Amino acid sequence: MKVHEYQGKKIFSDYGMPVQNGYVFEKLENAELIIKRVQKDFKTKDVVVKAQIHAGGRGKGGGVKYSPDFDSALENAKNIFNMNLVTHQTGQKGQQVKKVFVTEAYDIAKEFYAAITLDRSKGMDVFMVSTEGGVEIEKVAEETPEKITKIWIDPMLGMKTFQARKLAFALGLSGDAFKSALKILMQMYKCYQSTDATIVEVNPLILTDDEKIIVLDSKMNFDDNALFRHKDIAEMRDLDEEDPMEVEAGKFHLNYIKLDGNVGCMVNGAGLAMATMDIIKLAGGEPANFLDVGGTASAETVKNGFRIILSDENVKAILINIFGGIVRCDRVANGVVQAVKELGLDVPVVVRLEGTNAEEARKILSESGVSIIPAVGMKDAAKKVVKVALS
Amino acid sequence: MSILVNKDSKVVIQGVTGSEGQFHGQQMLNYGTNIVAGVTPGKGGQKTLNESVPVFNSVEEAVSLTGANTSIIFVPPPFAADAIIEASFAGINVVVCITEGVPIHDMVKVKKIVDQRETRLIGPNCPGIITVDECKLGIMPSFICKKGNIGVISKSGTLTYEAIDQLVNVGLGQTTAIGIGGDPIIGTTMKDCLELFENDPETNGIVIIGEIGGQMEIEAARWAKTNMTKPVVGFIAGQTAPPGRRMGHAGAIVSGGDDTAEAKMRILDECGINVAESVADIGELMKKKMITKG
Repeated sequence: MKVHEYQGKKIFSDYGMPVQNGYVFEKLENAELIIKRVQKDFKTKDVVVKAQIHAGGRGKGGGVKYSPDFDSALENAKNIFNMNLVTHQTGQKGQQVKKVFVTEAYDIAKEFYAAITLDRSKGMDVFMVSTEGGVEIEKVAEETPEKITKIWIDPMLGMKTFQARKLAFALGLSGDAFKSALKILMQMYKCYQSTDATIVEVNPLILTDDEKIIVLDSKMNFDDNALFRHKDIAEMRDLDEEDPMEVEAGKFHLNYIKLDGNVGCMVNGAGLAMATMDIIKLAGGEPANFLDVGGTASAETVKNGFRIILSDENVKAILINIFGGIVRCDRVANGVVQAVKELGLDVPVVVRLEGTNAEEARKILSESGVSIIPAVGMKDAAKKVVKVALS
Repeated sequence: MSILVNKDSKVVIQGVTGSEGQFHGQQMLNYGTNIVAGVTPGKGGQKTLNESVPVFNSVEEAVSLTGANTSIIFVPPPFAADAIIEASFAGINVVVCITEGVPIHDMVKVKKIVDQRETRLIGPNCPGIITVDECKLGIMPSFICKKGNIGVISKSGTLTYEAIDQLVNVGLGQTTAIGIGGDPIIGTTMKDCLELFENDPETNGIVIIGEIGGQMEIEAARWAKTNMTKPVVGFIAGQTAPPGRRMGHAGAIVSGGDDTAEAKMRILDECGINVAESVADIGELMKKKMITKG
């Protein structure tokens, strides 16, 4: 799960990290009030107006504006609120800005980068910092990897002070700034650990003209599987940032991801679902979605799956590919028949069922009278569904 | 021979009285798996699975009273990490964790512990392991398997079934099929399994099924290049997966670099592994390799 910059900063402050502070407005009529409150509470004339969407690259896309006074802040707020913000992470369709964060402004002497995430191959968390902050870190990693310093953290020991010192020294800091950075880095790790985060990123972490270290931006992702022990974080979920169909699917425990093609597919198991998408493409079609009905697919799940696939108008044909293990094919077949009868399908459906109770399932389908194209094996299924999608 | 589990494995089921434990426990018994004990804290002293299996309060008790040396875990995600560590501390050699949704931070610690203690952990979030006609330790539809000489290693459950089905259709049976799980941190890697199959005299060829995300397939392929004498056929799912989106499995996400399907397929190929471009070709490709090998 992702959260907004302002939510991440709230979590950071709870862990004692000094952040660039501010307030959020979600209705344009509150913009004036919020700007004035920021100016008053943080004793500043100039502010920064920041679009809150989950994607990165907001500044480059025009979603972050320095504003020297109230009038310019209000002007920027009006422009940013509700804008369709396109960044390298949103794709071309962009993301509508529904929340705007107005913050205090700092005079920046230096910009750094700091992040913690899991290094899967080492099975350890990696903490990395760079003197090249405020830019795309992927670019730094590619062009000047020597400017990124990493330490790996033993899961049983946690981050040790000497490791944090190594990172702070790598940023070229000394004196009070060094001490402050050391504390921030230690707290950042504590925050990462305690919240079950999968990524904690600060870009940039800044050194101000008066030698203070401040967190200027936040990016936090959390492990969905651990949200059961973080109710406060789970409540920060912003459904406006997610595809409505994916949210709907989630309610029925269906794992659905919308894609751009026209062949809908419904599969049990994530791996088989990906392989089904791949073979549709190999057969000359384009998958319209990823849909894993999971290990307990029932008639009801299948029906909901159909409904969600069909709410995508691009879908010209559907492929159902089930390899029954715990999932019983006869139940899936009943679901298909029921769904076709109730929803009145107007796109062709190709069905491939294998595994537990596949024989019974084929019988159910053939005797049902609903028009379904049976297939044997994945190659046959893909070929048939692509053919009907194109015709 | 086979790898990791066989007819002599003495199995304890952790979470035996839950609905998953009951259903799959019965299925495993029916297959002939030697289940000697179950564990559900607070239900020690009962008998379960048609009164055939004694229930204990702890794995430690189960081990000392029945000699269990292998465990399978069906407990809910919040308790799975604890269950794995309990099994390891009780002296269990092979632990299979079926549970889906174990928090990553838990697994990072668990992995460190089982590695240090030399406990063989399979999973979590996996279909388990089956040594054909001897021991089923998982949730796979065992009736599709046939005894033979191919080892199967897969990150995905249903893709394992698909591969087994194709192998059987071309006349190839299996020694052991193992689902290693699709999470970012898992106990036994693809490379570990390749090594075990390489050393198993009964296994003559291996199918590996990977997917987008992580470096596990690449690590296995590089190891195979210098160490494997047996033919390996590979498949990578997720050629059409968009970057940055998690495709079902917590670990199946393209985050840039060598973890795309395309990159993995290329590297597998460079390491001498025969890569099936289409999922439907896995069986045929393995058959071709076995014939070439003689």
